[in-house]
Order: sequence, then C-alpha cells, then structure tokens
Amino acid sequence: MTTVSGAVTAPRRALLLRRPTKTTGAFSWLTTIDHKRIGIMYCSLSLLSFLVGGLEALLIRLQLAGPNGTVVSAAQYNELFTMHGTTMVFLMGMPMAVGIANYFVPIMIGARDVAFPRLNAFGFYVVAVGAIFLYSSWIPGINGVPNGGWFGYTPLTDTPISAGFLPGRGPDFWSIGLIMLGIGSTTSAINFIVTILNLRAPGMTLMRMPVFVWMMLVVAFLTLFAMPIITVALIMVFFDRNYGTLFFQPAAGGDPLLYQHLFWLFGHPEVYILILPGMGIVSEILPVFSRKPLFGYAVVVFSGIAIGFLGWGVWAHHMFATGLSPVAISAFAVSTMLIAVPTGVKIFNWLSTVWRGAVRLTTAMLFALGFIAMFTIGGLSGVLHSVVPSDTQQTDTYFVVAHFHYVLFGGLMLAVFGGFYYWLPKVFGRMLDERLGKWNFWTMLIGFNLTFFPMHFVGLYGMPRRTYRYDEGLGWDVWNQIETVGAFIIGVSTLIFLANVIVSIKFKRGAVAGNDPWDGRTLEWTTASPPPAYNFADVPEVEARDEFWHHKYTEDDEGRLMPLPSGGADAAPAEEKHGHGIHMPSPSIYPLVMALGLLPLGYAAVYHSFAWLGLGVLVLLFGMYAWAIEPATEPEPETVTGRTPEPVH
Amino acid sequence: MATIEQTTEIGAPANRGGSAGHDAHATATGVTNKKLGMWLFLASDCLFFGAFIATYLLYRGRDTVGPGPRLLFDIPFTSATSFILLMSSLTMVLALAAIQRGDERRLRIWLLATALLGATFIAGQVFEFTEFNREGLALDTNLFGSTFFILTGFHGAHVTAGIIWLMSLWGMASQGRLKQPDSEKIEIAGLYWHFVDVVWIVIFTVIYLVPQPGNPGG
Ligand code: HEM
Ligand SMILES: [Cu+2]
Repeated sequence: MTTVSGAVTAPRRALLLRRPTKTTGAFSWLTTIDHKRIGIMYCSLSLLSFLVGGLEALLIRLQLAGPNGTVVSAAQYNELFTMHGTTMVFLMGMPMAVGIANYFVPIMIGARDVAFPRLNAFGFYVVAVGAIFLYSSWIPGINGVPNGGWFGYTPLTDTPISAGFLPGRGPDFWSIGLIMLGIGSTTSAINFIVTILNLRAPGMTLMRMPVFVWMMLVVAFLTLFAMPIITVALIMVFFDRNYGTLFFQPAAGGDPLLYQHLFWLFGHPEVYILILPGMGIVSEILPVFSRKPLFGYAVVVFSGIAIGFLGWGVWAHHMFATGLSPVAISAFAVSTMLIAVPTGVKIFNWLSTVWRGAVRLTTAMLFALGFIAMFTIGGLSGVLHSVVPSDTQQTDTYFVVAHFHYVLFGGLMLAVFGGFYYWLPKVFGRMLDERLGKWNFWTMLIGFNLTFFPMHFVGLYGMPRRTYRYDEGLGWDVWNQIETVGAFIIGVSTLIFLANVIVSIKFKRGAVAGNDPWDGRTLEWTTASPPPAYNFADVPEVEARDEFWHHKYTEDDEGRLMPLPSGGADAAPAEEKHGHGIHMPSPSIYPLVMALGLLPLGYAAVYHSFAWLGLGVLVLLFGMYAWAIEPATEPEPETVTGRTPEPVH
Repeated sequence: MATIEQTTEIGAPANRGGSAGHDAHATATGVTNKKLGMWLFLASDCLFFGAFIATYLLYRGRDTVGPGPRLLFDIPFTSATSFILLMSSLTMVLALAAIQRGDERRLRIWLLATALLGATFIAGQVFEFTEFNREGLALDTNLFGSTFFILTGFHGAHVTAGIIWLMSLWGMASQGRLKQPDSEKIEIAGLYWHFVDVVWIVIFTVIYLVPQPGNPGG
C-alpha cells in the first residue's frame, strides 16, 4: 500500500479504508476475492447449514419416532420443518453447488479467476448475511421463526399480522431472508455466465468444456430467470402482511393460486438448480474411475440444456390437487412425463460410461454409483407424480417426502460427497482416507434408505406430511421407528465424514495428493494441489475435450490405451515458475461492507424501523461508493511487496 | 502468454495508464465482461417486471370497490411525463456520444440533463401518487391500488437508482475522472437507463392505454 505513490491518487485514498494486502490470517479471508477461497467459504457455509438442517431433521425424526411424540410442540414442529426445508434448499443446496463451481469452473476452463472477483465475494457475503438474518429469528423474544413451510403458501403466510393465521413474524423473516438470498444467487449466476462465456482459455470451445461446467452454465441461466419470479411473489407476501395490499386476499378478489403459480414457476426450475450440479459432478467422476471418456458427451450436454428449457413448462405438476382445468392438468402431466426423457437419457449415458470400463471403486466412485441408483429411484417416483390420478392420492403425504429426498439427498448430496472425495485432494493437497471413506459411503447409503424408503409405504398408507403427531395403530409405527434409526445412521455417517476431513486434512494424516492423484482428464489436474493463486503459470492452449488425458495417453490400433512418454502430471510446468509478473486483482473489504448493509435493511423491513433503515442505507452506500472508487487491481509494485503468490506446498 | 491479464475488471484505473487498453481483454464472445454482465442483469429484471405486469393484467377489472383507473387517470399528464422520460434516453445517447468523442464538457451537460429529466419524471410520479391518494386510492383500497402502486412504485425505484447512478457519474466527470477510455462506464449506465425507459413504455401501455374492463364505478 505504502509503496504506491502518485499525487493524483493520494487524496481520494484518504477517504477509504486501507487496502488489505495480507494473504494469510482471518482478515485475509474476509477480504479475499480469490475464487478458490470464496469457493471454500461457500462450501463451509453450506456444510455448516447441512449440519444445522440435519439437526433439525433429527429433531423431527425424534418427534415422529413413535406415536404421540412429545419431543416438540406443534408450533415448534412447524418451525422445524420450515427451517429444515428452507435451510437445505437455500442455505445448503444452492451454496454448495455455487461453492464447488466457484473453485473449479475457472480452473476447468483454463482461466485465472472469475469475470467479477469482487462481485463474487459480494455474492457470498450476501448469502452469509441472509443465513444470519434467517437464523437470527430464533433469538429469544424475536418470535419470528419461519413456520409456513418451505414454499410458504398463501393465504396461510400472508394474512396481515393482526389477523394472521400464523402468529409472530415468521413469514416476514422468511420472505425478506429469501429475497436477500436471491440477490446473492443472482449475482453469482451473472458471474458464472460471463466467466464461462468470456474467459475460456484459447481452444476451450463450448463443446470441449467439462460437463460440470456445462451444467453450471445451465444452472446459472435457470437461477438468473427463476429468482426474480420468487422475489416478486415474496414482495407481494411481504406487502400483504405489512402494508395491507390485497394480492392474495380472496375477500378482495385476490387469488392465492397466483402465489402457487409464481412460486412453482420459480420452484420447479429450482429443483433443477439443485440437481444439475450433482449430475455434472458424477459426469466428471465416472469417466475418471472407468478410464473411459463420458459416453455420449454431446447427448449429456444437450439433455442438460433440454432440461433447462423444459423445466419452465412443468411447474403446475405441483398443483394437480388445486382444481386446475382438465386441459391444463393434462398438458402439465404430459410435459412432466416428457422431461423425464432427457433425465433418463443421462442415466443410460452414465451406465454406458461405466460399462466395460476399467472401474476403480474408490469412495468417490462409490458415491457416484450410489447417486445413479438412488436418483433413479427418485426419478421413478417422480414419474408417478406426473400421473394425475395417482398424484392426487400422493400429494401432501410422506410419499412425496420420500420422492424429493431420493432426488435431493440420494441425488444432490451423494454427488456432493463424491465430489468432496474426488476434489478435496486438489483443494487441500491431501488425500482423504479411503477406509473411512468406505465406512462413510456404506453407512450413508444404508442410513439413507432406511430413513427414506419406508416413507413411500407410510405415504401410501396415508400419513400426511407436516404432521407433528400421529395416533398408534394406523400401521405407521414400525416404519417410523425404522426411519428414525436410519436418520441417526445418516448422522453417524456425517460424523465419519467430518472425522475423515479433520484427520486427513487438518492433521495432515492423508497422503500427499500431488497434482494428479486420480489420473484425471480435465485441466484442474494439471495444476498444483492446492493450485496457486493464479491457477496457471501458463494459460493452457486447449486442443481436445478431456485435454489433460490426451497429453497423457493415446490409443493403439486396437483402441487400447497407450501412455505417452512425455505425458503425465509431472511434465506440467506449473510448479517451476512462480508466477512473477502475473497480475491478479487485489483483495477488497467493500464486498463484505456492502453485504453487511443488507442486514440492517432486513430488520428495517421487518420492524418498520427508520433507525435500522438509516444504518443500512449508510453502510450500503459507503460500501458501494468505496467499491466503485477503489481500483480493481492495485498498480504493479504491490505484487512484489504484498501479494507475492503463496509458495506451492 | 503468461502475463496476459485475464480477469481484472475492465476500465479499472490500474490498466488505464499504459498501452493496456481494452483490447488486452479480448473475450471469447467479443462482448466485454461488464457489458455482458449488465445484459444478463437486465434479462433477469425483465422477469421481475414481467411477473408484476402479469399480476396486474390478471387482476384487472376485478375490483368492486374503491376508485379505479377510469376515474383516476389523467392521460395527458402521464403522457407528458412519459415523454419526458423518453427524451432522457435521447440525452443519454448524447452523453455517450460526447465521451466517445472525448468531449468532457458535453458529457457533463448531458449526464446532468438525463438525471434532471429522470427526476422530473419521478416528480410527476410523486404528484400522481399523492393525487390518487387524495381521491381515495391507497395500497389497501382494492386490487387496483395494490397492483398499480407496487408495479409503478418498483419502476420508480429503478428510475431513482438510475438517477443516483447518473449523478455519481456526473460527480466523477466533474472531478475529471471520466475520460474517453472510460466510455464503457457511460455505455453500461446507458443500457440500464434505456431498459428502464423501455419498461415504462410497456407499463404505460398496459396500465394507461389498454382500455379497462369492468368496474363501472371506477
Ligand atoms: C439429514 C437427513 C434428512 C432427514 C432425516 C430429513 C427428514 C425430513 C423429514 C422427516 C421431513 C418432513 C417433515 C414433515 O413433513 O413433517 C423433511 C422435509 C423436507 N426436507 Fe428433509 N431430511 C434430510 C435431509 C434433507 C436434504 C439433504 C434436503 C435437501 C437438499 C432436504 C429437504 C427437505 C425439504 C425441502 C423438506 C420439505 C419441508 C416442508 O415441508 O416445508 N432434507 N425432511
Ligand atoms: Cu416440479
């Protein structure tokens, strides 16, 4: 900082906070704009949310372990399933995908960073602030824990506070919190699209991009167009409750069904926002551990895009029980069956990738295979929902709960765990323990199926979802008991995972990973583990899909793999150079400052308080202007003094 | 190859000095990052207004109580303020042309003119809102009140944000910190500003010009 001179810049700098320069320590994390560190922060937040949401789920399962449960009250139960669902969807699922993509998308396309590094940090802090805001509703005395379910149907959620069916401020915290999270995910979506479209390394054409990158591109577009719709719905709910508007008030002609349309017009694309990243992750893992290219790359990509388009035309399958016209219902039933086709296509692509491959059953591979099996079960029960007469029986029963946990947990979560085992060695330079990993996988698979498979049965026996208590003798008792046992096995499995991470990475017991522990195919395996701040000393020139693989192997006449003499990770030049002269954007505190401004604004909205409003506007404007004035990159000398990239290892 | 700056934000002062002009940032699409980012944001915002407009259309003519559009609207007045807003798009174009020529004085004038025209539009909106309110329309009067105030209110908020942005640019220009190479800053603000204008044309047509069914009292 002090080495920077220049009479022109000196006076206005005085206005600002000091430019952060440290690259280690807590403060450097708060000011980092390195996409890799931001990715780690996203994943940590998401993992924390998984633990919190998981604890809520365990409380739910304890309450339901037997008939007439007394662990929580009816009101607390409402809060638990609402916060569990909201947490798992918005604070765990979306940030997890964004975090993994933040780390790996730029590296996979051969870029040194994302298009908007500071906006990237801002997006993360907005999500973190949104999480704090939502969970602050649990502070005693605030009386505002969201309790209207994760989709917050009107008129339940939006009757004015005075006449509310739901006492307290739950839906206020919920709607404002979700609007904040929407701001965060929209900024990250813009960042991903621009990064993927604009910053690909030379030769990295669209059809050479790893499938994970493709899926994140589709997800970013879905996010971009889905978030504003739910934002509008939430604004209307908030104004109905707080300022007497009549959007969803039937007495004044308002239509609660409109809310459902708006919500699911967002909500169905949202489920693809949650699952496509998982599909992308397994599409990376399977080829590596089968030593075969992904079967039908183009088909996988195009079916991903097809899902992205068709996903907008099926939303009313969540509303079959609301009395829509027969024509509408038939149309949505057909479109829902249609969208199962590109999904089914992908399953066959994955199976064909593994078929006759030289399969290595590492933990990552096990999770990926587990994903295929569990996701298929979830997909099958999903197709049952598209059959309207069948769905009207299943709606609002545990059958639905079973279905979406098979796709979200059995799909997204298993893929994410697979991704952890696959990529954490790259991120931290240490392998995770395979023995613990296998324990992790098998307990997870068993616990998961014990928890959620019986939900199909109790659902068909008529057990409604969101019930805090049931009588004995309805034929549900045994199943519920099994489910609760299963849930605790999942809990144990999660602890095994955490132990694995702590032992292998924190205590450095894991083997040193090296650049390319899995004999990988894509560009991230050409860099050091962990990669340097600038990712690549030389920006790669890409010549093929699975670029790295083609540097290592060729095929003989009979199609057998032949190693290339010069190939392999060690030939990669990344470590020899030290990145001098690579000029990366400088750290900045203002994304954090600006995001923090949203917190008081949230309380201002909920409490109609001008003091909070003033504070929020002040912090926000300060952050915004300081950000605008601050140069993205400090002039050259600083690379030498403050920001020399960390040495490798 | 190794020293190509791939990621820093365009127009950042750090790379203004030397030869590193915009061409150092060749992107795969040929559109600069910031411009592409702004286009994407606007695409997203389309859905935001789209959902509000759809709601308005759905609820049109459902009211049985309170004053409605036919009673309240003063089409000539709103046409005039709409025209003023449209003119601000013209001055915005002139501001961009000025900075691209390197004419900083005209840049300042046209930026200020754009902001003032926008502010006139907002003043008209405030007047209209108070007038409607005096005649008995509030957020909680009927569906028209709810949908009208929220839709046009959020549009007004967009315009206001645009005015603040323009004034900030004007402030920077007055300090001599907006030069010819920074023209993209004006261009991006212009994209936003034109978008907000276009949205208003849609809103004006849908709300004011398309005849209202029902509610004979209104
Ligand atoms: C840790 C293991 C988990 C267990 C034991 C579990 C258990 C449950 C149970 C029993 C319910 C139904 C509550 C009720 O209807 O009364 C529920 C609801 C829900 N869960 Fe999970 N869950 C788990 C993980 C997840 C994950 C990973 C996700 C998403 C990524 C998720 C998303 C949801 C959603 C969206 C709801 C609906 C909430 C609502 O009805 O508003 N859950 N969960
Ligand atoms: Cu759906």
